[in-house]
Amino acid sequence: MLDIKNLHVKVEDKEILKGIDLHVNAGEVHAIMGPNGSGKSTLARALSGHPEYIITGGAVRYEGKDLLAMDPDERAREGVFMAFQYPVEIAGVNNSYFLKAALNAKRKHQGLPELDAMEFMTLVQQKSSLLEIDKSMLTRAVNEGFSGGEKKRNEIFQMALLEPKLAILDETDSGLDIDALKLVANGVNAMRSPERAFVVVTHYQRLLNYIVPDYVHVLSSGRIVKSGGKELAYELEAKGYGWIDAA
Amino acid sequence: MTQLAEKPQVFAGALEKRPNGGPRWLEDLRSRGAARFMTLGIPTVRDEEWRFTNVAPLGTIEFTPAEQMSGAAERLHGFAYTDAPVRLVIVNGRFDTTLSRVKRLPSGVQAGSLAAALKEYPDVVQRYFGQLADFNGRGFTALNTAFVQDGAFIHIPDGAVLDAPIHVIFVSGADGSKVMAHPRTLVVSGANAQARIIESYIGGPGEIYFTNAVSEIFVGDNAGIDHYKVQEESLDAFHVASLHVHTSRSSRFSSHAFTLGGKLVRNDVFALLDGEGGDCTLNGLYLADRDRLVDTHTTIDHAKPHCGSHEVYKGILGGTARAVFNGKIIVRQDAQKTDAKQTNRALLLTDGATINTKPQLEIFADDVKCTHGAAIGQLDEDAIFYLRARGLTYSEARDMLIHAFAAQVLDGVQVQPLRAALEAELFEQLAKDLAEADGVKR
Repeated sequence: MLDIKNLHVKVEDKEILKGIDLHVNAGEVHAIMGPNGSGKSTLARALSGHPEYIITGGAVRYEGKDLLAMDPDERAREGVFMAFQYPVEIAGVNNSYFLKAALNAKRKHQGLPELDAMEFMTLVQQKSSLLEIDKSMLTRAVNEGFSGGEKKRNEIFQMALLEPKLAILDETDSGLDIDALKLVANGVNAMRSPERAFVVVTHYQRLLNYIVPDYVHVLSSGRIVKSGGKELAYELEAKGYGWIDAA
Repeated sequence: MTQLAEKPQVFAGALEKRPNGGPRWLEDLRSRGAARFMTLGIPTVRDEEWRFTNVAPLGTIEFTPAEQMSGAAERLHGFAYTDAPVRLVIVNGRFDTTLSRVKRLPSGVQAGSLAAALKEYPDVVQRYFGQLADFNGRGFTALNTAFVQDGAFIHIPDGAVLDAPIHVIFVSGADGSKVMAHPRTLVVSGANAQARIIESYIGGPGEIYFTNAVSEIFVGDNAGIDHYKVQEESLDAFHVASLHVHTSRSSRFSSHAFTLGGKLVRNDVFALLDGEGGDCTLNGLYLADRDRLVDTHTTIDHAKPHCGSHEVYKGILGGTARAVFNGKIIVRQDAQKTDAKQTNRALLLTDGATINTKPQLEIFADDVKCTHGAAIGQLDEDAIFYLRARGLTYSEARDMLIHAFAAQVLDGVQVQPLRAALEAELFEQLAKDLAEADGVKR
């Protein structure tokens, strides 16, 4: 599904990713871990097409297509979703209006009829209970005045509505208390399927107790320095990141 | 004063032929207006109140008072809510009986020609007319006063509640000849009255003319008046207007000003909160593109205690357009417990667009809440990326953010067909501006 080869990315003239290789198949969950500044979030943002993240080398193929040649919105409509580390507040744009526009943009791209207000609300009701999204979160402006936990739940809720093929979660667990973390993890686990892949960027092993990965990769100084199964996460939790750099 | 003003020679000829007739007090008023204008002249940028707005071009064109207009009825088409069930149509400053519709007004409510009201209700007109629109320091108001002849008169008696809004439509233009109109609007509401009043200013595309309007509104005790101004003049027209409002005890007044047209536009709003417990909302949305200039000066004068004022002005600027916003709030010594809030925001779609904005607070009471804020800028790139990351194209994302920006002011419009028309026209015009802005970027 996702094939990253020798990816180099720079931000503000500083090279952050120095040759990433990663292969993700449908149905798999890959966790990307690493200390601060290792390039975890840079990888997530570069994959989503953020304009400040400049690709200086390498290639990324998504379902056989050149992902890097696509605009950010095209990537989204093709089924790539990124849950933001810091979801953006958008004053004056009603959350449910925004969600409907996003969903219909994708449906249009897929050649499906757009959902009307009734159909959309039915879908919202189906998807919202698992994440405990209440009515006020739908009627308020996008992320405006949301607590940290509400923002992250709103991200996963968007993912549930948009049903991406490839979901990239950028530190979705950061700053969440254990109850919110469980809600978010349940939301993600409910969407795991043989057709869908997840790339979970996290600083803390804790999340991986709830979203159990198939593979764990450790990033350090812009390179993947170690890959393994889920047990690698426990090792990191026990020993910290120090031994990676030393190794 | 001579330093601050241009000698108004081009108006001298017209002033000599200014209207006459009517009651004696009106004749006097016109004479005083004319004399005052000849002293004050057209303001220059050396006048602090006109620092950023150069109206010198007005002094170079010989505008003539207009009498006739061909096809006035057809000219109403295509403008916001001109098919209102109750409408007063003022053509080049003169009330048009044929085009106006007043049948659906409740009994006791008077709405019609100001010239007629001078004859039919001379006492009411005399008591209120010109009481707010002081022209001693204001050249354009003096000029308007010199030419007073006709306009709209609305009198809402005590306790009258109007379901249908009254739409006053000012149509200007004269098939190519450069005309000017100095329409007056006088609205007097009694106690516990309630009404919605719309003033629209429209003109044919490409026509060069000068509208110099003055409106006065008296809001009675515990009365509520919602005022809408929709300015859709020709994009080559000059539009100078002042709105003067007087509120009484526990009265509510709201103003919603939409500026879509005009080449050189100056709007002054003066609200005197002269009764305890009153509430005043001044909202505005203006669109300026090409090389147009939109200048808004507002003054909210808190003269009595326990009044609230809420002001939100928003501008969307493209091309090399310029905007000026000056929001003055005065809190008099007696006006304790004043709660005044002012917000001014502008969105610049191009590098060539500019705005000068200035809040002005003059507070003489000690137990008050006054806040003001101004924010000028481009669209939030992070927000655009967020929306794109959810599948919206760049232009869809941008449109959504601009709609959201305008929505706060549009949402205040409590006349549904007007709101719908305004929204449609606003975004049609914006779409053109954005296409142009894109063209420049490419």
